[in-house]
Order: sequence, then structure tokens, then C-alpha cells
Amino acid sequence: MTITSPPAASAGRGSPPRRRSSRGLVGWGFIGPFLAVFALVFLAPIGYSVYLSLFQDRLIGGNTFVGLDHYQQAFQDPEFWSGFGRVALFLAVQVPVMLGIALLAALALDSGRLYGKSFFRITVFLPYAVPAVVATLMWEFLYGSRFGLVGDINRAFGVSLPDPLSPGLVLASIGNIVTWEFVGYNMLIFYSALRVVPRSLYEAAEIDGAGQWRVITAVKLPAIRGALVIATVFSIIGSFQLFNEPAILKVPAPNAITTFYTPNYYTYTLSFSGRQQNYAATVAIVMGVITMVIAYAFQLRGMRKEA
Amino acid sequence: MRTKAVRHTLRGLGLVCAAALALTACSSSTTGSGDGGPVSASGLDTALSQGGSITVWAWEPTLKQVVTDFEAKYPKVHVNLVNAGTGDKQYTALQNAVQAGNGAPDVAQIEYYALGQFALGKSLQDLSKYGAPDLSKQYSPGPWTSVSINGGVYALPMDSGPMALFYNKKVFDKYDLTVPTTWDQYVDDARKLHAADPNAYITNDTGDAGFTTSMIWQAGGHPYKVNGTKVSVDFTDPGSAKFTDTWQKLVSEHLVAPVSSWSDQWYKGLGDGSIATLAMGAWMPANLASGVPTASGDWRVAPLPQWRQGQSASSENGGSSLAVMKSSAHQDLAYAFLKFANAGDGAQDRIKGGAFPATTADLNSQAFLDTAFPYFGGQQANKIFSDSAKSVVTGWQYLPYQVYANSVFNDTVGKAYVSSTPLASGLKAWQDASVKYGTGQGFTTGQ
Repeated sequence: MTITSPPAASAGRGSPPRRRSSRGLVGWGFIGPFLAVFALVFLAPIGYSVYLSLFQDRLIGGNTFVGLDHYQQAFQDPEFWSGFGRVALFLAVQVPVMLGIALLAALALDSGRLYGKSFFRITVFLPYAVPAVVATLMWEFLYGSRFGLVGDINRAFGVSLPDPLSPGLVLASIGNIVTWEFVGYNMLIFYSALRVVPRSLYEAAEIDGAGQWRVITAVKLPAIRGALVIATVFSIIGSFQLFNEPAILKVPAPNAITTFYTPNYYTYTLSFSGRQQNYAATVAIVMGVITMVIAYAFQLRGMRKEA
Repeated sequence: MRTKAVRHTLRGLGLVCAAALALTACSSSTTGSGDGGPVSASGLDTALSQGGSITVWAWEPTLKQVVTDFEAKYPKVHVNLVNAGTGDKQYTALQNAVQAGNGAPDVAQIEYYALGQFALGKSLQDLSKYGAPDLSKQYSPGPWTSVSINGGVYALPMDSGPMALFYNKKVFDKYDLTVPTTWDQYVDDARKLHAADPNAYITNDTGDAGFTTSMIWQAGGHPYKVNGTKVSVDFTDPGSAKFTDTWQKLVSEHLVAPVSSWSDQWYKGLGDGSIATLAMGAWMPANLASGVPTASGDWRVAPLPQWRQGQSASSENGGSSLAVMKSSAHQDLAYAFLKFANAGDGAQDRIKGGAFPATTADLNSQAFLDTAFPYFGGQQANKIFSDSAKSVVTGWQYLPYQVYANSVFNDTVGKAYVSSTPLASGLKAWQDASVKYGTGQGFTTGQ
């Protein structure tokens, strides 16, 4: 907060308090455009969702105010919680795998011992440039056990691989798609964090006789903790919002993917096939709050360790 | 991160909804004027000569020709034909547009099973004021019952789907199968075929609500009973049991290909003989001709197999109507188009294009019955379809919220296709879900 006093000439005889208030107004002027857009595209929809969640529109009886009934319903809704449990499991398994691979790739890039480094970097990152919908359609074909890659392997080798789109495996198959898509993205976050670690630290470690492994655990990882936390928070949010992949795989695997497969997909079917926009808004709000709490709790914990 | 786009879309949706709030407030007053007294034929002519532009959402391929002819006859009217998706995809978009209060078309194609939901949801205009009830004699009773809801007429029938058995004669000849006349024979054929060629299946099925209800319908079941706001669902009646007993054999013995209808794999299977039969509505020929052109000449049509030897019972599978949206600002023009397409000259265009009509005069015309289908090796398939239309079991009802019920079919009955859950328990779970939704929507429900 270093404030250089403005030239006396232009300030004139204005008293300090008034000057401060006019400066305050100028500040509002600067953030005004942002606030207006923020209120329009962020606060207003949330407010409207909350408003919606307090009503119920029925085929018989029309629109009535029901207060918090929908929230009570959501907390007792087995379909909502089964979807929630599924994304929680997804989070617990897929996110560590994905971030682990991304971290390994970033460390390999950073080690300087990799030939064709920029080629490797762009190849791993490339899947992120493919839109999720296209990626899923592509994987849907690879997973196809009649005419797809899995089917071809079965025929070529005379084996019978389990169907990746069967109810027991489809979540793992989705995890595979998501990992493929986002390893490169997370790798770049880690790699850019590694790049800014001062080289002198490595030299110091070397002088102290530390091996490569020791450098990683004692220098590199602590140095990029911030990036790890941020990547994990992004992944937590992403997992809870899983939608594209199940929505697209619902077509080839209608019986493996239910209409409440993930909370987001549940809100989608509630509002568009069930015309229950009000309850869908409630589920979306509950899920949003849960996601916020978990992501925030993780961030607090991660950052505290860092301090 | 991966769902950033989705998040934005959801946010965007919220915005649209917010904007819709304001729009519905004003639009309700404008449509109110459209609900006035009866509109005579001369009123329609005035509207047609004044002209204007209407939007039609439909996926039916033969409507293209209808629009061309309509615009030629009424040069001042412009019709914007949009394919907003097939079946439930279009209903999702339509529901969305209705809810948003703008973006809805003037005319929408709606299948019979889905009409109730849109009519009750007050999205559709009652066509009684245009004299639509006078057209009742022109249509087969089945489709006409479907468009008459709670004393109003909410759409004009466009086509109908009396069921028939489409079979690949090449496959049947190769494995020396007899064309089944009962469902028991059908099961025998399924076993014989799959034993002879493990890659070949009698048909495909991954759980299809429309097919299942049509089969139960043919078997004489009445699982849905709807009386005003009273709704009951019962999948334990004898008709449903007949279906589950037979179909369970096909599912348990893995005699149906695990391929969803309308998928790429499905079209491939229909072309290469690995899917040997389809029990479907009479609107199927146009789809076969366009979707599986390579198999032209291989396929034939037979009457639907029966539940008891010597019976001749049939049911409807699909079939759709055209409805005027309540939010339309050009309802007169919209109705004029409906009448042209479904009762006037347009109906002839559509029959020429391969559609199966719902108009009795056409169903009984000799020219229609004698039509030879090159795709079916010159077979006069319309005779079979027409007989099927006459023997549709009467009294069937769909739920007033069948769109929702069908959307959760695979959550419940679908389990029978991928686990050891019996079909009958799947249907029971479907029943429970349907009843629960009905209660939540304010219906008086029972069993």
C-alpha cells in the first residue's frame, strides 16, 4: 500500500477524505464492468436456481411454493447418493492415477535426460486439445466389442476380452478416457512449476551428495506443492461434475449407464426428460455446495502444510 | 477442468431460464388472443393468402416434399423445416424451448406415446376450434384415439405403425428357417439360427421401452389405466406375463444381439445378416431403404407372430402426429399446414415417399395395397401392414407422462439385459418408478 501523493497542483485544495472517496469511486468504475458481467452470468443464475428450488411445478396442480421440501428430498434420494458415491469412487481412484502419471511425465521432462523433449511434451498434451465429446466418441469405437478395436483383438487372437462397456467396467473405461484426456494438461501445470525452481537448489543438493531420487523428494516435490494442490482441486471439481463421458456412452451402453449415473447427469435427465426443473436445481445446488466444501477443505489443508 | 464447458453451458442455461421468465410473462398474453372463438375454413384461407413464416420441427423424411408442395400452392407462406433430432432428442429440445418461453417451433412432430405429456403440460394448442374433430372419420381409430386427449384434439395423425415382422429372407433360406407365425416358433428359429452361426441373432434388443410396450399391447396386456388424473400401472397382468415368459428365454439364452437399435452397429447387422428379423412398425420400409441400401432384395415382410396359433392380433409401434404449439404466434398458418400435410394433398406426397398413412381412405385404396416394394423383392407389403392396422388390439393406453417413463426404462428393465435380474422384476421396478413419478406429479395413482 504505497501511495505516492499526487502533484499538489492538480489536487488543488481538496481535503484528504474527499480525495479518498473520489478515488474509491474510480476504483468502482474499474471493476464495474466486471461486476456487472459477474452478477449477470454468475450471481443471477445461482440466485435463480435457488429460487427455482423452492417451488414445485406439477403436471396436475401447477406451480406451488414448497419451501425446503426438495432439499429434504435430495438428502433422502437414493439415486442422487448412488450417483454421488460413484463420482466419489471415481475421484478416489482416477485422480491419483492421473496426477501420478502426469507428475512422472513432468519429472521426466524436467530431468533433462529425455530425447525429443518437445515432441514428447506436445504428444502427451495433444489429447487435451481434442474436445471431450470427440474423444469419447473415438473411445466408444475403440471399446466396441463387435465392430470396434476390442472386437478386432478378440477375432485376431481368438480371445474374449471383457466388454469395456459392461456395467462392471464402464466406470473404469470412463476413467481411462478422462485420464487420457487430462494427463497432458496436468503435466504442463507441474512442468511449468518445476521450471521455476531455482537451479541453484539442485547444485546445492548435488554438493550435499543427494542422488536424483533424493532431489525429487526433498527439493522438487516440496517446491511444486502449490501446483499439486491446484491440480488436485481442479480434478476434484472435474470429477464431481462428470457428465460428457457418461452422457455419450449412454447410447452404446444404455443399461450400464443409468439416468442417475453421476449427479450432473441426474440433474440433466431430471429437467429434460422428467420436467422436474425445480428438483434438478436443488440437486445441482446441493452438489455444488458439497463440491465447494470438499475442494475448499482440501485446499486449506494443502496450503497449511505448505506454510 | 474437463467439465468447464459443461459448467458454462449450465450457467448459460440458467441465464436462458432467467430471460425466459420475463418472456413467458409477455408471451402468455399474446397467445391468449389465439384462444378465441372457432376459426372457419375461410379464416384459414385468409391467413394463407396473407402469408407469413412458420417453423416445423420434424424428423420424418417425406415431409420435405410436402413443404415444397405447400409453398408452391401458397407462395406467400414460408415453411422452415428443421430436424431437431429424432424422438426423445427432439422432445428434450422442445421441452427446453417451451420452458424457456421462446425458440419453440410453430409445428412439432410428436409420437403418439408422447402426446399426452405435452398436451397435459399445456404446450399444445387444442385444435377443436379449427374443426379438427370433424376429421375423425378420415383416420384409423387407433391413431385418432391417440390424438384425442381429455375431450380435445391436440394433433392430427401423420402416420401409424401397425406392427409386422421384417425378416432377412437370405438368412432364412440359408439356414432353412421357417417364417414364424407364433412367438414360440420365433424362439425356436432364434435357437436354430444362433446354433448354426454364433455371430447371427434372430434380432437385436438392449431394452427398448417402445418395443416392450408394443409387445405387451399385442399380447392383450393393459398395464396402464388412465382416467383423467387417475393413473394406475400394473405389469403383472396376463398380457405382460405372456411377453416376459417368451422374451426371457431369448434374453437368458443370449439369443438377441446386444446392439441398440438405430446405432451404426445395428445398420451393419441388418445389412450383413447378423440381425435376421425386426418386429417393428409399418413406417420401417423407408428407413430400411435409406439406412441399409446394400441389403435391398434380401428382406421381406410377414405378419407379426402371434401369442396363440391362429390368432390375428396386432399392435401399434411408434407412429407420430403433427401438433400446433400453444406458444406459436401463427397458429392459423400452422394448422393450415397440418391439414395440408396430414389430411390434404401432402398426405399423398408422403405415401409416395414410402410413409405409412393413418388415413382410412388411403389404407383401403387399391393402388396403395397393390404397391410393389422393390426393396422387398417386389412384395406387396402394404397388404400385410393394412391387415395389421385392422387387427390392432383396442383399448391400449399410454401414461400421460410416457416420455419420462420411457427415459427410465433402461434404469429398471435394462438390468434384465446385463445381469441375472428377470424381466418380470425389471418391469416391476419400472412400474414402481412410474407410479412414484405420477404421485409426485399430482396424479392419483394405484395399481
